[in-house]
Amino acid sequence: MARVGLGSATAEGDRNRLAVWIEHHPLAAVVLAAAIVFLLWLVFADWPEEFERWAGRKRVFVSALLNGITLGGLYFLVAAGFSLIFGLMRNVNLAHGSLYLFGGYLGYATVQATGSWLPAFLVAFVLVALAGLLLQVLVFRHMEGEELRQTLVTIGLSIVFADLMLWVWGGDFYQIPTPDWLAGPVELPIVLDVRPNGEAVYLRYPRVRLVIFAASVVLGLLLWLIVNKTRIGTLIRAGVDDREMLAASAVPVQLLFALVFAFGAGLAGMAGVVGGTFQSLSPGEDTRFLLASLVVVIVGGMGSIPGAALGALLIGLAEQFGSVYLPTYAIVFSFLIMVLVLAFRPQGLLSLR
Amino acid sequence: MRGTTLVVTTLLAGLGLAGAAQAQQKLKIGVTATLEGTYTVLGEDGMRGFELALRKWNRKAGGKDLEIIVASTDATPDSAIRAVRKLVEQDKVDLVISPLSGSEGIAVRDYAHTQPQMTFINAASGAMETTFVNPAPNFFRWNMDGAQWQAGLGSYIYNEKGYRKIATVGEDYSFVYTQVFGLAVEFCGLGGQITQRFWVPLGTKDFASIIAALPDDVDAIYLGLGGADAVNFLNQYAQAGGNAKIVGGSIMVDQTVLSSKGRAKEILKGAVAASGVADTWEDPRWQAFVKAYRDAFPPDKRFASPSLLAVNYYNSASATFTTLDLIGGDLSDGHKKFRETMAKLELDAPNGKIRLDHNRQAIGTNFVTEVVEDAQGNLVSRVVRVVENVNQTLGLPLEKFKALGLPSRTTPECKKY
Repeated sequence: MARVGLGSATAEGDRNRLAVWIEHHPLAAVVLAAAIVFLLWLVFADWPEEFERWAGRKRVFVSALLNGITLGGLYFLVAAGFSLIFGLMRNVNLAHGSLYLFGGYLGYATVQATGSWLPAFLVAFVLVALAGLLLQVLVFRHMEGEELRQTLVTIGLSIVFADLMLWVWGGDFYQIPTPDWLAGPVELPIVLDVRPNGEAVYLRYPRVRLVIFAASVVLGLLLWLIVNKTRIGTLIRAGVDDREMLAASAVPVQLLFALVFAFGAGLAGMAGVVGGTFQSLSPGEDTRFLLASLVVVIVGGMGSIPGAALGALLIGLAEQFGSVYLPTYAIVFSFLIMVLVLAFRPQGLLSLR
Repeated sequence: MRGTTLVVTTLLAGLGLAGAAQAQQKLKIGVTATLEGTYTVLGEDGMRGFELALRKWNRKAGGKDLEIIVASTDATPDSAIRAVRKLVEQDKVDLVISPLSGSEGIAVRDYAHTQPQMTFINAASGAMETTFVNPAPNFFRWNMDGAQWQAGLGSYIYNEKGYRKIATVGEDYSFVYTQVFGLAVEFCGLGGQITQRFWVPLGTKDFASIIAALPDDVDAIYLGLGGADAVNFLNQYAQAGGNAKIVGGSIMVDQTVLSSKGRAKEILKGAVAASGVADTWEDPRWQAFVKAYRDAFPPDKRFASPSLLAVNYYNSASATFTTLDLIGGDLSDGHKKFRETMAKLELDAPNGKIRLDHNRQAIGTNFVTEVVEDAQGNLVSRVVRVVENVNQTLGLPLEKFKALGLPSRTTPECKKY
C-alpha cells in the first residue's frame, strides 16, 4: 500500500528519509539546525540587555510563542476532523464550523446543568458526532461525487444552523467557566530575567491553556496511531488512496464513511468546548473557525493529520506574533501564509499527493 | 437580506383598541441596537432603556400612537448603514433613533447628509467626529461623546491616586480613540505619562499575547474595552494571574461588564473609571430611574442597575417624545418645527440636565467612580466626583481644542498642553 496522504512512513522510514534529505541539502540542513538552536536559545537563555533593547522584552516573545502553540492546538482539534473527512470522502463540509459552535453550546449547557467541566466533552462529542452522522447519512450519501452540489448544500445548511442556534441561544456571549483546578497561572521553568540579587524571574502562564494544549497533542498522537497502526486506519488510508478499489474489495465503505464523518464531527464538537473555555461562544464563531480550518487544511495538505498539525501551528503562531509585533497587519498573516503555500506548494506542505 | 440579521418588529398596543386607527395618527419610529456580536449585551440593555421611555409615555407621543421598528446591528459601520437604510427606505419610518456604537455613529451621520428629509436622533454612540466634524443638520446627539465621558478621570488618578505612568489597552475604533483622547488631554496635561497604547480589533477573542506584553513599570493599566471583549480580556487576565491597578473606560466599568457571569469581573474591584452615569448617585432623579428600571424587568432579565446604554437610549427616546409632545406630533413641515424645538430643548435626565450645543451635541454631567461591592454582593460604581457642564471641547477654547487634532491611535500626543 502506498504511504500517501493520511499516513506517513514508519519511524524507521522517517529517519532514513531525514538522512537522505540532509545528504541532498547540506546547506539547508545547516541553516535549519542553526535556526532550531537559535530558537532554543531564545526560549531558555537570559537575553542580554543589548538584544532585549532591539527585540523587545523576552516575556512578550516567549508568551507569544506559547500562545501561538496553544492556539494552534485548538485549531488542530477543529481542523483534524475537517481534514479527515475531506481526505477520505472528498466531502468539503462547509457546515464544519456550525458543528464546532453547536458543540460549544452543548458543552456550556452541560456545565450549567452538572457544574463540572469534563462531562461537557463527552456530551459534546457524542451529540455532535450524532449530528455529523445524520449529516452524512441524510445529505452527503445522496450526492456522492457531486462536489459542487455538496459545497452549496453545506453552505446553505450552515446558514440554517446559524439561525437555529441564534434562535435557541440568542446573540449573547457564552463563556464556559474554567474549573477551579485549572484556574490561575502556573510557573514554567523558563527564566525571563535575573534580578540583580541573583533571583530568577520565571514565566507565569495560564494553566488551562497548557492542559488544553497537552490534550490536543495526546489526541493528535492517538489519531496518528489509529490511522497508521490499526486495521481501521489501514482501511481509511486505503480509502484515501483509491476509494473504488477499496469498495471492490468487499469493505463496507459506507459504514467506514459514516464512522469517520461522525468522528470528525465529534472532534469539532469537543473543540467547541475547548474554544468556549479559553475564548467564548457567540454567533459568528462558526464561520471564524470554518475559515481557520480551511486555511489550516490548505496550508497543511488536505487529508493529512501531520499536515493539519503543522498548518494549525503555523496559523496559531502567525496570529499571535502578528498581534504583538505588527498589530495592524495581524489579520493578514494567516492568509499570507495560505497564499504563499498555494503559490509554491499548492498540494499543501505535508501532502505527498 | 440574509436571515441572520435579526429584525424584530413590534406592533404596539393601542392599535387594536382604536380599530379605525388612521395611518396619519400613527408615528413610526425606527431604532437600531447592537443585538449581535461583541456588543450584544450593550444593545439589549439599551433597548431596556428605550422600553422604559415608551412605557413612561404610554406608547403615545404628540397625541399619536407610536409604532416601533427595531433593526439589529453588530457595531460595524456597514451593519449600521444597512439597518438605517432599511428603516428609512423600506419601512418608511418617521424618525430614526440610532446608532449605539462609535463608528456606527460616524457612518449614520454621513448617511444623514444624504437624507435631508429625515431626522436622526443618536441612540448612544460616542465618537467625537460624529458631531464635531462635518455635523449633519438633521443629526442630534443627546449623550456626551467618549472624551466628555472621561472628564475628571485624568486629574483624579493623577492627584488622588498618585498615578504618574499608565499604559492603555483599547478596542481599535473611533469611540475608544475618543475616550483615550479625553483621558490623555487631562492626565498628560497635568504631567502624567502614557507609556504605551495597545489597540486590539473589536471582537478579539485571544488576548493572551497582549496581556503578556503589558508593561510592569507603570502605576496602572487603562482598559477601554466593552461587552464580550471586556469579559474575555478580564477572564484571560485572571487566568494569567494579572494584578495591576485598573483604570476603566465608560463601557468597561459599566453594568454590562460588572453584571457579567463568572469571576473575571472581580479584577475590576477598586478600579477607577469615569462615565455619564454612576450606579450609586444619590440624586432623586437617578434613584427614581433605577427604581423604574428594577420594577420594569425581572431580576434575571436586567442588570443590578441600569447601564450607560440604558440611560442613553432612555434619554434619546425621552428627548424625541418630549419634542413630539411640544409640537403636537406634527412632522408635516419636513421636520422643521421638530428640529427647531429639539435644538432648544433642555432635558431633565436621570443623569443630570442635558442641553445641546450649536452642533446639536450634548452638554451634560460626568461622574468619576470607583468600583465597590454593594450589600447584595453586586459590583457597582460609587461616585467619587461629579463634573458638571462638560462640553465637547472639554472646557478648552475651540481653536486650542482643534489644535489637538482628531482622536486616533496616536492622537493626542501625551504632553502638557
